Amino acid sequence: MRKAVGLILVLVVGISFWVVLKNVPFGHDKIGVGNHYIENAIQETGATNIVTSVVVSYRGLDTLGEVTVLFIAALGIGMVLFSVKKTSAKERQTSSMVVQTGTRILFPFIILFGIYIFVHGHLTPGGGFQGGAVIASGFLLTYLVWPELETKRERFGAAESLGGLVFVTIAILGLVFTGYFLGNFLPTGTQNHLFSAGIIPVIYIAIGIKVGSELAGIVADMIHKE
Amino acid sequence: MVVIQAVLILMMIVAGVATSMLKDLISAVIACAAVSLLASMLFYFLDAPDVAMAEAAIGAGLTTAVFVIAVRKTRSKEE
Amino acid sequence: MDLVANSMYYLGAGALILIGLYMVITKNNLIKIILGLSLVDTGTHVLLIAIGYVKGRTAPILTEELLESVGEAIPKVVDPIPQALVLTAIVIGVGVLALGLSLAIKVYEHNGTLDVRKIRGLKW
Repeated sequence: MRKAVGLILVLVVGISFWVVLKNVPFGHDKIGVGNHYIENAIQETGATNIVTSVVVSYRGLDTLGEVTVLFIAALGIGMVLFSVKKTSAKERQTSSMVVQTGTRILFPFIILFGIYIFVHGHLTPGGGFQGGAVIASGFLLTYLVWPELETKRERFGAAESLGGLVFVTIAILGLVFTGYFLGNFLPTGTQNHLFSAGIIPVIYIAIGIKVGSELAGIVADMIHKE
Repeated sequence: MVVIQAVLILMMIVAGVATSMLKDLISAVIACAAVSLLASMLFYFLDAPDVAMAEAAIGAGLTTAVFVIAVRKTRSKEE
Repeated sequence: MDLVANSMYYLGAGALILIGLYMVITKNNLIKIILGLSLVDTGTHVLLIAIGYVKGRTAPILTEELLESVGEAIPKVVDPIPQALVLTAIVIGVGVLALGLSLAIKVYEHNGTLDVRKIRGLKW
């Protein structure tokens, strides 16, 4: 019974997709507002990565909303899983020596790679979200190898709050100095240099630290608590 | 070039069907990771390097890890 | 063959969305339902980026040779706006999935089973 209803619903949705999508040609030029962003991104923001300037500068309010949604999700997970569980003897085994030595060597390089990705977000593909995910993967690796390692949960929480606070403070400073929320008040500098593009590298560093510690905290909560 | 993209799209659909039809939960989660990885390759062919990096790091890495932790904690049998 | 080459991305993304929707409606295990949600997410992201693609152009990063011609108002890059939206959507997707799985863990602790047919009878 449920399978029949499911098939009929999937068929209806599929037909409506086909009716709408057959009028959208694949590969033709249908850029609307994007033309303004492509032509003026280098003068107004100074970043050579156009997607970064759209995410942080032109549509910065959406990024602020997304950072809030991630914060609420991490808060919800911390509230739902609250009791620390006792690990059994089988789960307390650490991995073999090869994995331990390899992780000890690899872990600083993974963190360094993540920091490189979000510091150079305005010059090359990358940015705060990708760098934060790489940092969280590094922490996940250490939790898999040493199950008894417990980084203090408060440190992740402090780093996450610091990142969010820096982001909102810079946005309000933009309101004070230029009259627009998230306005660009630092000099744009020369292109293709590290210290260019106004407030974009500062915001991406704050977002990178925030997202990295947030995702690592989510994984730590799900492993250690129940 | 078009042939490579067609093969990748076909593999992505096959992995999606495998997620639905596999009975063991861990195998279904691995098939979902395969869908994310093939989508990340398709993002590269569609000239979107930022999105490809984000999908590879988050979709094929962290989402799979979170699913495996949840399946291990519930210890539920197959569906 | 030309018709297939022009619409294969839309077909692939649409098929992924429909498979995910089918899994949400008809499966009995709670974790399979959440896997279906993840498939719907991935299919929507592929569809959005495929709509913003323009043939014969390159990625939206201004390299040296593109910087000379951008002053002539001829765009030679694909649309950057769907990429910015999908970047945000991917990160939100992982947050929502993690929260849903934590709730599933709590449901299993409370009821002892993850079968949706047995959980629905809530006793007031």
